[in-house]
Amino acid sequence: MARASEGTAALAAERRFATEGTAKKRFGAALAWLRANLFYSWLSTAITLALCYLGARVGLALVDWAFASAVWQVPSGAEGADTSACRAPEAGACWAIVAEKYRFILFGTYPYEEHWRPALCVLVFAALYAATTWRRLWGKTLAVIWVVGATAVGLLMWGGIGGLSLVPTERWGGLVITLILATFGLVSAFPLAVLIALGRRSSLPAIRVLCVVYVEFIRGVPLISLLFMASVVLPLFLPDGMTLDKLLRAQIAITLFAAAYLAEVVRGGLQAVPKGQYEAADALGLSYWNKIRLIVLPQALRIVIAPLVNTFIAIVKDTSLVLVIGIFDLLGAGKMSAMEPAWQGFAIEAFLFCGLIYFVICFTMSRFSQRLEADLGASESR
Amino acid sequence: MTATRLHDRTTQALRTKRPGRRWSWRDPALRGVVWQVLVVGAVLVAVGWLAVNTHQNLMSRRIASGFGFLGSESGLPIGEHLISYAPTDTYFRALLVGSLNTLRVAVSGILLATILGTAIGLARLSRNWLLAKFAAVYVEALRNLPLLLHLLLIYALLQALPPPRAALNPLAGIYLSNRGLVLPILEWAPAHGWCLAALALGVAGTFAYGRWARWRQAKDGQPRRIAPVALVLIAGLPTLAAIATDAPLSTVWPELRGFNFRGGVSLSPEYFALLLGLVLYTAAFIAEIVRAGVLSVRKGQWEAAQALGLPRSLILRKIVLPQALRVIIPPLINQYLNLTKNSSLAVAIGFQDIVSVANTTINQTGQAIEGIAIVMAVYLTISLSISLFMNWYNRRTAWAER
Repeated sequence: MARASEGTAALAAERRFATEGTAKKRFGAALAWLRANLFYSWLSTAITLALCYLGARVGLALVDWAFASAVWQVPSGAEGADTSACRAPEAGACWAIVAEKYRFILFGTYPYEEHWRPALCVLVFAALYAATTWRRLWGKTLAVIWVVGATAVGLLMWGGIGGLSLVPTERWGGLVITLILATFGLVSAFPLAVLIALGRRSSLPAIRVLCVVYVEFIRGVPLISLLFMASVVLPLFLPDGMTLDKLLRAQIAITLFAAAYLAEVVRGGLQAVPKGQYEAADALGLSYWNKIRLIVLPQALRIVIAPLVNTFIAIVKDTSLVLVIGIFDLLGAGKMSAMEPAWQGFAIEAFLFCGLIYFVICFTMSRFSQRLEADLGASESR
Repeated sequence: MTATRLHDRTTQALRTKRPGRRWSWRDPALRGVVWQVLVVGAVLVAVGWLAVNTHQNLMSRRIASGFGFLGSESGLPIGEHLISYAPTDTYFRALLVGSLNTLRVAVSGILLATILGTAIGLARLSRNWLLAKFAAVYVEALRNLPLLLHLLLIYALLQALPPPRAALNPLAGIYLSNRGLVLPILEWAPAHGWCLAALALGVAGTFAYGRWARWRQAKDGQPRRIAPVALVLIAGLPTLAAIATDAPLSTVWPELRGFNFRGGVSLSPEYFALLLGLVLYTAAFIAEIVRAGVLSVRKGQWEAAQALGLPRSLILRKIVLPQALRVIIPPLINQYLNLTKNSSLAVAIGFQDIVSVANTTINQTGQAIEGIAIVMAVYLTISLSISLFMNWYNRRTAWAER
């Protein structure tokens, strides 16, 4: 930390010199910064030089692979694409697979001419996330927006009314599946998580034991085993003739999984609210639910924003596991795209494309949580 | 005197004035009982409904439930096994082999991830700007991608490597090809057992000396240096043992024979990809934990220790580390648990861990419920034993609460 502030101080000094001073002073400041942060001892100099060398070697090789000698397009022949250009020994990355397959990676096996529907759904999701980040809307308005948005996604994806053709969930795939599983999983897991967290801190022993067993069980087993359970065992649990869609079953598993992890985070927040707040609410004669709703939860959730968003990010990443039970989400579609004989061996490029999308989603979320925390913290400390 | 009398009178008043059970919804105790009965009843009804359904389904599909299948021959080939195994062995042994594979990757993964994660966490705190930036980029890039993507990517990269004939040879004796990683290994001889025993004795002796030194210091106030004794005991004893038993130091170097390598220790591409993916991914999280732990020790602690005239190494060992570790250990153990559970992703790249073996078992026998129950039991055993250890550790090192 101290180093970082030293660095910023030096940078600030540098900037000041830039506006008022001569180029010579600027150069001096930069030199001082270098001396203070990169070459302050023999060891540090050695590390800096080694990293420069390594960075240059790896960086140049990567730039060459990804840009200079990359193949961006391949001609399509009579039977599929002709990928011989990618297989040439001097060829770098074969981005042609992304150019050729990006619609498959994004939308899976959804009917080709109907791709505008999942594309619109992705936009609806983006709009929902944007609305959620806008704090002025927090409250009833946001709930209404979410209900409208979720209904729109459902109608668009399934269709069957208003001239839209019916598309069964088996044909859904790609980025939309990832967004659906993560978003609806988290939205439905969150209220459940709050209830479980309250139950775990309840004074009623039977309810407390139930909640503890639930949380410890779910957190003790890997998500894969829950997904297998949802795909293989859940049909056995249901009465004859009643079937649940495979996607819905995966959604249930992810929701139950997320609820246990979120519950632990919420419980941390509940514990951090000072006891006096609970007692003051009791003294005011508030009922249990009013006490929780009006006094405790607003404070508890504010405390745990950062870990909550971290859990959200973890769940978004964990939705990729559904490929193990044969649902083709973003990563699954990326894996599938390199299955065709012509494209075999170019899975790396497809995975990197998927990775870019995951990174954008997760990195944006983590930055948003940092900003939110800073904003709320600022209003708190005044 | 008056206080006790007051106390007596209040308790008496409470005892006499205490109202009997009013059968009213306003009575919180009654309300609590009703709620609990309702919730537990609902859970029981739901579980019973599922059980009845399952029973009927199994009957109509003619699936015999029970764990009888564990004793029958599996016919399941498993490439990597720590204990002897053949497809003619039982399902039980196959599942045991799978569990051991899980433990194998988890234990080596935890060791390596701790080392790498600590190094990266400290690098991110380094005064060297470039080193700190490299570490930060590493953490951000690794944390924001799903582990499964890392695994598939690493596995695809390994498959894109040249065949054994043209294997990469970064260091003498180490070969990396699409058949995995091959390392040289020390040829095992019975004499090495004595060396290991000597090493264990040396470690135990060092601990004993450390305790004795601390006990003596508490008496006479003289600090005693442990490092020289430790060096003699830990390095010297095994060397002596090696000389005494004339232990051979011959290394088996891997050699290319035909299409593959012979000799040395080889890691299959599946195992290597899984291990590498788990280590790289978990290290990013451990790095953040270590960084947070070190930053959590206030500057005043350093300054106070310096004011006492303690040397830097002692400050680190006696003042900073104990406080940082208290912050680091609980989330670190959590990461170990995550790594163990994440090793179940092996099934996606074809390493035969418990999940993968159980999955094949389910496909072959149709015993879905039993198979998944076994998988869950294995992971729950690991998780709960680590949780118990955690609780014990937390109690032992809990802050003295004011």
